[in-house]
Amino acid sequence: MSSLTKHNRVAYLYIAPWLIGFFCLTLVPFVSTFVFSFTDYSVLRPPTFVGLANYVKMFTEDDLFPKSLWVTTKYVFISVPLKLAFALLVAIILNKNIKGIGLYRTIYYMPSIFGGSVALSILWRMLFQGDGFINRLLATVGIMGPDWLGDQRFSLITISLLQVWQFGSSMVLFLAALKQVPEYLYEAARIDGAGKLRIFRSITLPLITPIVFFNLVMQTVNAFQSFTTAFVITSGGPLHSTYLYAILLYDNAFKYFKMGYASALSWVLFMILMVVTGFLFKSSSSWMHYMDTES
Amino acid sequence: MKRKNNLLTYIGLSLFAFVMIYPLIWLVFSAFKDTQEILTSDRLWPSSFRLDGFIEGWKGEGRPKFSVFIWNSITLTLPTVILTIISGVLVAYGFSRFSFKLRKPLFAIMIGTILLPNTVLLIPRYLIFRNMGMLDSYLPFWLTAAAGVPFFIFMFVQFFHGIPRSLDESAYLDGCGSFRILWSILIPLLKPAIFSAAIFQFIWTWDDFFQSLIYISSVDKYPVTLGLRLSIDAMGIPPWNQIAAMSVVAILPSVLIFFAAQKYFVEGIATSGLKN
Repeated sequence: MSSLTKHNRVAYLYIAPWLIGFFCLTLVPFVSTFVFSFTDYSVLRPPTFVGLANYVKMFTEDDLFPKSLWVTTKYVFISVPLKLAFALLVAIILNKNIKGIGLYRTIYYMPSIFGGSVALSILWRMLFQGDGFINRLLATVGIMGPDWLGDQRFSLITISLLQVWQFGSSMVLFLAALKQVPEYLYEAARIDGAGKLRIFRSITLPLITPIVFFNLVMQTVNAFQSFTTAFVITSGGPLHSTYLYAILLYDNAFKYFKMGYASALSWVLFMILMVVTGFLFKSSSSWMHYMDTES
Repeated sequence: MKRKNNLLTYIGLSLFAFVMIYPLIWLVFSAFKDTQEILTSDRLWPSSFRLDGFIEGWKGEGRPKFSVFIWNSITLTLPTVILTIISGVLVAYGFSRFSFKLRKPLFAIMIGTILLPNTVLLIPRYLIFRNMGMLDSYLPFWLTAAAGVPFFIFMFVQFFHGIPRSLDESAYLDGCGSFRILWSILIPLLKPAIFSAAIFQFIWTWDDFFQSLIYISSVDKYPVTLGLRLSIDAMGIPPWNQIAAMSVVAILPSVLIFFAAQKYFVEGIATSGLKN
């Protein structure tokens, strides 16, 4: 192979930061979480082994566990599909050789710059609180808006909307993927007399499935771990209607210092995410296309 | 027909853009109103541009000045970014330009950790940093960055693959050592990637809330995110004008960087994929 192969042992020197980091900050923690999950551990006292007690407690005693799991599931099912739908739709429109695409792309992307910033959560609270901007706006057209953040029927949706608003990063990825679709395929389809919708369904969509898949996995995994918005705006309330799983985890670990129980909670979340991504990967084989396997 | 369609598209896109950007504009203008006006007026334009929100918010009552939070965020963020870049480039260089026995399995593990949910590492990491007496300092952030952030390592590997190997080979034949090759040949070519990584890591670290919440406990060490939250947790009617003003200050660095480096931003996302 290349002349640089002679240096091969030098490579370990270059990857050393990651190797050491991986061992100390990933592998060891990964295993310890699992071990701690079978203990009663309150930081100040050394952990004591309690067998499966933490897991039993989760499924029998702790009402907040099923509650937060349900809240999180709803949150994922509201925010991820909406966010991706917006991202894809806008990307498709922007891909039509629109003049000033740069400007639109910038504007749509703007909210995504700030990610999980506290400032955005604060903005959301100012907009959606009972006498906030949104309700005053609705009032001008004669609609009595609900208490978006204080009413448990609306609080979770309001929080999810902040996620959806940040569809920009997924959109940019879709745009990049759309640009990759070779023009000759469209031409060929047009010559064959295919309509717009048909072209989209049979050419565009199949060819961007890898990036759809990538976005879907990343957004789902992230949404399951969402924390800041709900924590800052509603602290999980009212009536635990926005009590996301990450808040449950935080409360147990850093408010009550039940490290053992919190470890068990995080391990369960890890298993759930494994199952969900596994399911997505498995299902993807039936709908995902790769350009190079076809040609 | 076609033209009419186009016009409709533009109108639709512009309306939607307006709705998208409006909350941010609203926040900026609110910062110049007083609290009463924020809570009652429907007009976007402030009746008069007041600087009270900025002045009072900056001083802050019963808490450190906002400049302290800003300075804290800077001392937290800058070393994190620099260490992320250094470790990322070195590790990516090791993975992409050498062949060694464990390359494939180690690389696969590295990629695997990108998908590993952070929550599963959270508690032991906290305990490790606690045992090392590093809580309430920025060392947990710096150390994690120095250990290489898999997402950025992967991004750099992708960029290394785009640089022809023949460049290194000829330098090698000229007697250059491997570090010399990296330093004087590859890094100059890698600048766009380094730039995008720096931007993303800056913004993510600047905006990070969860880790700061866990690791930092004393108020005078709070970064901007935690400082901002202090203000809305105050008792009574929150001083919304100050909160709006300080929110604007908090997001300003990200906005400036975004506009100054938009090109790298979009390229960075397009080439590597983005987690947010």
